[in-house]
Amino acid sequence: MHTTIHHLLALWATLPEIVRTLVWILIITIGVILCVAFLTLWERKVIGWMQLRRGPNRVRIFGLLPGLGQPFADVFKLLTKEVVVPSGASQFLFRIAPALALVPALAAWAVIPLSPELVVSKANAGLLYLLALSSMGVYGIILAGWSANSKYAMLGAMRSAAQMVAYEIAMGFALVGVLMAAGSMNLGDIVRHQQGGFLAWNWFWLFPLFVVYFIAGVAETNRAPFDVAEGESEIVAGFHVEYSGIAFALFFLAEYANMILISALTAVFFFGGWISPVAGYPLIGHTFLADPSFFWLGLKVFVFLFLFLWLRATFPRYRYDQIMRLGWKALIPVTLVWIGVEMVMAAIHIGPWARPWFH
Amino acid sequence: MRPTGEAEAVLVQILFYLFATLLVAGALGVISARNPVYSVLFLVFSFINSAAIWLLVEAEFLAIVLVLVYVGAVMVLFLFVVMMLDINLAEIRQGFTRFAWLGWITAAALIVEIVGVIWRHGLGGVDVGRGFVSEPANYSNTLALGRVLYTRYAYPFELAAVLLVVAIVAAIALTLRRRPGMKVQDVSRQVAVRAEERLRVVKVSAEKRS
Repeated sequence: MHTTIHHLLALWATLPEIVRTLVWILIITIGVILCVAFLTLWERKVIGWMQLRRGPNRVRIFGLLPGLGQPFADVFKLLTKEVVVPSGASQFLFRIAPALALVPALAAWAVIPLSPELVVSKANAGLLYLLALSSMGVYGIILAGWSANSKYAMLGAMRSAAQMVAYEIAMGFALVGVLMAAGSMNLGDIVRHQQGGFLAWNWFWLFPLFVVYFIAGVAETNRAPFDVAEGESEIVAGFHVEYSGIAFALFFLAEYANMILISALTAVFFFGGWISPVAGYPLIGHTFLADPSFFWLGLKVFVFLFLFLWLRATFPRYRYDQIMRLGWKALIPVTLVWIGVEMVMAAIHIGPWARPWFH
Repeated sequence: MRPTGEAEAVLVQILFYLFATLLVAGALGVISARNPVYSVLFLVFSFINSAAIWLLVEAEFLAIVLVLVYVGAVMVLFLFVVMMLDINLAEIRQGFTRFAWLGWITAAALIVEIVGVIWRHGLGGVDVGRGFVSEPANYSNTLALGRVLYTRYAYPFELAAVLLVVAIVAAIALTLRRRPGMKVQDVSRQVAVRAEERLRVVKVSAEKRS
């Protein structure tokens, strides 16, 4: 048994770099898609519990845990349904739009450091790459809305486009603050520069930016309370009203993949990514819990995902003009002011700027 | 992966011609598409291909910024506007053949200018015969760009920033107009509202059961 593993590891090391990268890409993509599947179930369960219901509880796998098989049941149902293309729709764009929504959400994982060693690409401009990709996600939604040749879909696409353009600016400025504190655009370096305990993480010195980033992230993913793009009570289902079957499932997948992505990025930028919060504490400070690992990143991502679900179960939907006002007149000024505060902190060398690489 | 060996150099060549062909095809699509929405999408496609070509010469900062600024922001707004316009295509195409000579002259003038600049100034010291020389592994294009931008070209950089601010102010000032009779919500009043002003709790005495 032991020798088999050794043989496999030796074989792995002899593979050319491009093959190993491809295998990692495949593993991460499948991992994200599986996470999405169970996130949909977890969301329905959590919101059910918050509303004193049980949530999905019929489909089991191997007779285990009521509801565990629900995601698979949903996927098979959607796979076997017909994809209806409306007459008068722009055929090519209608078919390609779901893919355009999904691809950026998956491609962004290339630069996210999952553990100290494991990252597909150690790109120096990783943060810029993320900004570029997240700005491309809007195309899938706009084109879906336009190509369907439906008024509701068009309205949803317009709302969504305006909202995403507005909140991207706040998001970008929040990341400028992170960039200033880390002194690097490489995501691995951004995590490494937060080392030194719970209070050394960026959230402490950049707290307003963390709040702005997360709110903008919720708005970017078109999640409640910013889900006017779907707005089922006003415009039926917004941009994906004409989509059925697996084409609809792709939009669903893209939305949830984006939620996981935003949670992972919040963890990386403001909560130390894979760094352990208990390193150096007595008793547990010397166990495996103190080691930086994927476990800690996963836990942080899970907490932020729960926050997404909690927000959805708690808040009523914003009105469209309120969304615009919050984005342009509240969040963007906050980030601008805090970048000014950061300049002062950098000048007098406190917080992250007291660290050796800033001298 | 840097182009070091012979095989990688060939691969880079193949990729360059692939992206260049797609870029030209996309550019042709921009001017030949019947629907303006498709034109905008062809333009997006061209931008992405030129970003890929920039990546091939290891200018990753420029490549990503091109995608971020043009694809991510400018073209989204283009698309936004084009989708909402109700354009009558037949009306636009009416004068096409009549004014075609104007287009040809403009294109010819542009080509003459480009060739003239290259004729007079060369390619700015780039030795075309040697092919592309890659930088050492620890070289950062972003860092190098920042270094010249904030030292040698600090004044032109600041000047460009001022110009952009002027343009923003002008654009807002030109489109800002106050139309009378519009129903606008007063946000401060909305926020300042209290429950007592909107809600009246009435005590109703219960009826006696007969």
